[in-house]
Amino acid sequence: MYRYDEFDHTLVSERVAQFRDQVRRRLSGALSEDEFKPLRLMNGLYLQLHAYMLRVAVPYGVLSARQMRKLAHIARRYDKGYGHFTTRQNIQYNWPRLEEVPDILEELAEVEMHAIQTSGNTIRNTTADPFAGVAADEIADPRIYAELIRQWSTLHPEFSFLPRKFKIAITGAPHDRAAIKVHDIGIAMRRGPDGEPGFEIWVGGGQGRTPVIAKRIREFLPEPDLLSYVEAILRVYNQFGRRDNIYKARIKILVNDLGIEAFAEAVEAEWRATRDGTLRLPESEIARIAQHFAPPDYDPVPAPSADFAEHRLATPEFVQWVRSNTAPHKQPGYSIVTISLKPEGGIPGDATAAQMEAVADLSEVFGFGEIRVTKEQNLVLPDVKQFELYALWEALKRHDLATANIGLLTDIIACPGLDYCNLANARSIPIAQQISRRFASLKQLHDIGGLTLNISGCINACGHHHVGNIGILGVDKKGTEFYQVTLGGDAGMDAALGDIVGPAFAEDAIVDAVETIVTTYLEIRQDGERFIDTYRRTGLAPFKETLYAAH
Amino acid sequence: MRLQAVTANRLLDGEVVYLTLAREWSPLLDDCCVVADADAGAELLAAAAKSVQDRLVLDPYLFDIKVDDGAISPMSRREIIRAAGPSVRPDLGRQPVQPEPVWE
Repeated sequence: MYRYDEFDHTLVSERVAQFRDQVRRRLSGALSEDEFKPLRLMNGLYLQLHAYMLRVAVPYGVLSARQMRKLAHIARRYDKGYGHFTTRQNIQYNWPRLEEVPDILEELAEVEMHAIQTSGNTIRNTTADPFAGVAADEIADPRIYAELIRQWSTLHPEFSFLPRKFKIAITGAPHDRAAIKVHDIGIAMRRGPDGEPGFEIWVGGGQGRTPVIAKRIREFLPEPDLLSYVEAILRVYNQFGRRDNIYKARIKILVNDLGIEAFAEAVEAEWRATRDGTLRLPESEIARIAQHFAPPDYDPVPAPSADFAEHRLATPEFVQWVRSNTAPHKQPGYSIVTISLKPEGGIPGDATAAQMEAVADLSEVFGFGEIRVTKEQNLVLPDVKQFELYALWEALKRHDLATANIGLLTDIIACPGLDYCNLANARSIPIAQQISRRFASLKQLHDIGGLTLNISGCINACGHHHVGNIGILGVDKKGTEFYQVTLGGDAGMDAALGDIVGPAFAEDAIVDAVETIVTTYLEIRQDGERFIDTYRRTGLAPFKETLYAAH
Repeated sequence: MRLQAVTANRLLDGEVVYLTLAREWSPLLDDCCVVADADAGAELLAAAAKSVQDRLVLDPYLFDIKVDDGAISPMSRREIIRAAGPSVRPDLGRQPVQPEPVWE
């Protein structure tokens, strides 16, 4: 893992001291709320329905056991005993007291964490493949580049007041687990003609009220040019992005208005002037950062072990969990384990302080003390020996963390919705809970197969509903919650936005509607088809028919 | 007749509070001062604005309520949830007003 150098430490502790003084001045009356609000937002502190909310950055979703224990401690000491992992791989606390936030930030700084740029019109935390560095299908480790982007973008003076927020995602694998095509900039590792590392660059993707799939702006960008090219994109956006209308201020609108060719030309012109300047990455700097992400000392364990095979035969629930919650590791004999934060009837992404501590402990017992946060609001133990999977599964069960549903219908992404959020029009979490209860049977879930279901409580789309195979958007109709359904969304390399299936469903009808969609799929699917394959073959028609037949 | 009350969030901890007859702030919806016309509403907001200046609360506003047999409840789902706490965590928040049980 990356460790702070002296510069990082100074920057973060100076920010804590600044914010402590700003809070003091707010409470003394020296600062009005109008003056204070932009300052608190720069430190990730929002005001939500019931309380303040603090969003803490988890750089590219990577946490150490020590950091996770600190997050648990903060949940217990300063909050109400839990935290919420988000679709941008961060964590949010729902109940901090204003006067205690400087203390929280100071505690976070002790473990090299902060809340800088988790809000506001800045470059937000870069998100990455949660399997970075360990995925069997990986071309190169994206964490090195995510860290370089973090260092470049943190408190970048030129990009502190962008037209709107700016989100970058990076994947090192051909299989996109970072949803790069719905980000302002999406970066995919590629190899050049001579095997040299580089990047495919996508720009202008996004969700929210105007969902757009990103356009490819560059097929291959050589490794040393990463920061200069990304900076050129930001400069063009910063100069030409609209500031007169908040709904038209994201880069996706600019790219659409100019057209990708004209936008790319503007970026190229900017880049020509700067590419050989100070941002050109020397090999030594890449190597210095790469050292932090060197593979751990893996045991040369046999794969798969006899013990593992024996348990597979004896315990069907374990088999289901292995099938859905483990992924191929690049090191023989190891697996990547995804810990589901989606138990039956649970709140997607919520973890108690005790669960966080349990995961921290297990990451040390069954790995090298490293944890990842996923955009699906789950946690990952990246380095688990296959012959220890059964013991890990048994341990996870004790903490209600062994639900075997990763990538399945009940692995639901849901924003906090109207239960917490000031922007929401409708509740998201109760819908997710109802669906997870309706489809609680593991056998049924595994029979249905891979299917993503995402729920947002408003058009801002924090719950990624546009890119769920089944998307649910909460809307308010004269004070009553309704839910609009989209089908066919996909967040991967074949990214697609869902199509609206028809009129919205009332809150007491939405779960039945989901069941109708699933039943329809099971009736019309052909051999080996996932839900998304069937949808691409048939389109909306059969689903429309069964959903609205009686109307 | 449109009944309204004033709510805000407390500066110190963001907690939901309601303006009372005594022009103080209470975390309980039942304590709120109910007004039935625009002039009285404006007078409440003026009192709330002073509380903003005094650094007690943030973002005060009027919202619609109904009174049935003396029991005050908000009209909108948003205000029902603000008054009660998250509907998915009945163990948190004050929950003086139970959201209607939507999910059986």
